Amino acid sequence: MRLREIAHSRAGDKGNTSNLSLIAFDAGDYALLERHVTAERVKAHFSGIVNGDVQRYTLPQLGAMNFVMRQALGGGVTRSLALDAHGKCLSSVLLEMEIPDR
Amino acid sequence: MKKSIRIGAGAGYSGDRIEPAVELAEKGDIDYLVFECLAERTIALAQQARMKDPGAGYDPLLEARMLAVLPACAAKGIRIITNMGAANPEAAAARVRDIARSIGLQGLKVAAITGDDVLATLRGGDYLIDDTGEPVSSLGDRMLSANAYLGARPLVDALAQGADIVITGRVADPALVLAPLLHEFGWGMEDWDLLGQGTVAGHLLECAGQVCGGYYADPGVKDVPNLARLGFPIGEVSSDGTLVITKVAGSGGMITVGTCKEQLLYEIHDPACYLTPDVIADFSQVSITEDGPDRVLVRGGRGRPRPPTLKVSIGYVDSYIGEGQISYAGPGAAARGQLAIDIVLERLRIRGVVLSEVRSELIGVNAIFKRGPASHEPDEVRVRIAARADSLAHAAVVGNEVEALYTCGPAGGGGATKSARQIVAVLSMLLPRELAQAAIHFEES
Repeated sequence: MRLREIAHSRAGDKGNTSNLSLIAFDAGDYALLERHVTAERVKAHFSGIVNGDVQRYTLPQLGAMNFVMRQALGGGVTRSLALDAHGKCLSSVLLEMEIPDR
Repeated sequence: MKKSIRIGAGAGYSGDRIEPAVELAEKGDIDYLVFECLAERTIALAQQARMKDPGAGYDPLLEARMLAVLPACAAKGIRIITNMGAANPEAAAARVRDIARSIGLQGLKVAAITGDDVLATLRGGDYLIDDTGEPVSSLGDRMLSANAYLGARPLVDALAQGADIVITGRVADPALVLAPLLHEFGWGMEDWDLLGQGTVAGHLLECAGQVCGGYYADPGVKDVPNLARLGFPIGEVSSDGTLVITKVAGSGGMITVGTCKEQLLYEIHDPACYLTPDVIADFSQVSITEDGPDRVLVRGGRGRPRPPTLKVSIGYVDSYIGEGQISYAGPGAAARGQLAIDIVLERLRIRGVVLSEVRSELIGVNAIFKRGPASHEPDEVRVRIAARADSLAHAAVVGNEVEALYTCGPAGGGGATKSARQIVAVLSMLLPRELAQAAIHFEES
């Protein structure tokens, strides 16, 4: 299934770093997210966009994770040539990642 | 001393809707109305405006916002805190004084907070830019502005001295909310956990509608009612820091555990280490629970001693970007779009324009999430070519070559647009905090 079926996400930007939250709609699905949506998978998902490291932070009590992606915004929001310089759309792109069904 | 106060967030960015702020002032039963209007590079652009006109350099919507909310705020004793001063808080305060007088409001005390502008300090010193490792002096006369993120202290002082309206330049966004909490509850500047929880409140409120279901809707998955009349949030904060996020009854949008979680993590890196000038806030143990319809309870923010340095944003002229777009539709649209790109890139080579970076794409196919050629035959595509140059004249060539596809390019191209603009970008560095000294100036209507 796609992540969109069990989770939501919002993108944030600071300089050349993008962060994506990933939040389970149902706390019961959080373990599934934690198992399958690793920093490595997120880096692979955004290959060609994210040129730096991806770091994952977990907030189990919120059923949420936060992915911090370095060198992800075309050199920085204020100078990027990208159409979506802030990388606002990347949250929705994360949600198309496939993970095994429950 | 009050047991709890209600703080309304009237703007989440400089161009935000104004009606929700009026709704908060009139119906929100609030004590404070906060407007966060300064994006990363806004001050640099405002500084350019101030260089042309010494009376300019504050938020272009300052007048419209104040005219809209001042009558209700003055009538109800709601105090206003905003960073709409941008590059010229003193001129902004004088303008607000005049606006208040013009609508018959007398005796309002307007405070301007200055001291965030550290341009002269950086020009006279020997500092390194963190982003690049280069000395600040390498920017030369391309450097336009340098502003330190001030904390809540000078705002608290202004409130203690009776300010009805506090206008700042660059301060940390959460400080706009932290200041009234410190003032009203007598929290100390070293009550780290309270400062951390107050920072949670500031962070949830600073983007205004974004915690009320704005920027949340995804039809069929996350439906949000009445976004055209989105209400802006109210933070109900108790003296022990307990926070409830709510909004005016009957306004559009919704406040749920989901909207609050998305906003808590918005623009956060390590949730246990959110650096601000007042505190290193720790969001990692925050709990978010429902407390009734459109009421969400937020607890558990913590804090550690503030860092010895302040973040400084440096605005500078980085480069020039030229851009052109043109559309193709019907059978073969993607192939004609790709041909258009190939032609323009060859033209730029033939003309020998020096471009340090070029980006080309088909909007609707691969502009956001680059994955090469179209996976299906699109009904229409929009070609976009953008490139970086070292002069406006060179940047302009990009759009001109796209436009020339009308007569020299593939069949059926339409709707060409072009632009060329100077790029003011932002770099950041850390500065010992004692090098940015805040000051308060008062005006009275």
